[in-house]
Amino acid sequence: MGKFEIALFALCAAISIAGALVTVGARRPIRSALGLLATILGVAGCYLLLEAQFLAAIQLIVYAGAVVVLFIFVVMLLGSASTSPRDAKSAVPRYIGAGLFLAGSLAALLLILRIGTKVEQVLPPTPAGFGSVEGVGGELFTRYVVPFELAGALLIVAVIGAMAVARGKQPDPTLRPAAEAAGAAPPGASERGATEPAPGGKSAEPHGGA
Amino acid sequence: MSAVPVPYFLVLAAVLFLIGAGGFLLRRNLLVLLMSIELMLNAVNLTLVAFNRLHPQSHGGQIFAFFVVAVAAAEAAVGLAIVLSFFRLRNTVRADEANTLKN
Repeated sequence: MGKFEIALFALCAAISIAGALVTVGARRPIRSALGLLATILGVAGCYLLLEAQFLAAIQLIVYAGAVVVLFIFVVMLLGSASTSPRDAKSAVPRYIGAGLFLAGSLAALLLILRIGTKVEQVLPPTPAGFGSVEGVGGELFTRYVVPFELAGALLIVAVIGAMAVARGKQPDPTLRPAAEAAGAAPPGASERGATEPAPGGKSAEPHGGA
Repeated sequence: MSAVPVPYFLVLAAVLFLIGAGGFLLRRNLLVLLMSIELMLNAVNLTLVAFNRLHPQSHGGQIFAFFVVAVAAAEAAVGLAIVLSFFRLRNTVRADEANTLKN
């Protein structure tokens, strides 16, 4: 049984590290997104090995189901422009800095590994319901209910903010001919406004004139 | 009953965090930068859950990881909205082009 779980861990670790390398190294962002998906699957497998079943499901639903899909939507929306050409302008100091950072952190990781062999390997037995929906949910709605509600508020604010930022400036449909005649509207905004349907009967956008 | 020692997970999380941090420093594509941030958040989550396995009296680590997932989802939504907005301004997703405030 122990050998099987070690093999499972090795598989998950290999998948997640390979996915992370693809995420960082791929030239096309769509491949980066798929590498991120592989990493997320591997980490979800690690959660299962750590008896965090609820969190593994959350990981799959939220990350693989929402975040990666959002990334892929944006990559598709940007099209070929999402693959940025390599810029040689500031490349060398960047590589030197990243190399120094990686060398230092690898040295730190080796030091931690030398200490880590002395950590006791006997895991405490888990109480019944550890990591299950009942266990995590019960604690989430009693002891951590205030942060839970705050997280809900944060998500609402993030949704509104994302909509407001991604929508951009849209010319007021009633004022568009005047704005185009005066040349006040930026060319990108007026083209977008022309291709998109007019937004309802609202006369004044709260951030349109900002 | 898990037979995999907890330090294995910690080392895996450290390696994932390193790859994410290295990618954040090396790449200049805004989308890949956001994905590197997600990688680092995943690594931190794995650390939290692994330490929670060492102390299974409460679910503190798992619940903290849950909140990190919520914040990461919010961050991804807002970050991608900013990337879209930036793309409308500059027609590129290179982070080096974001220099309006520089001069």
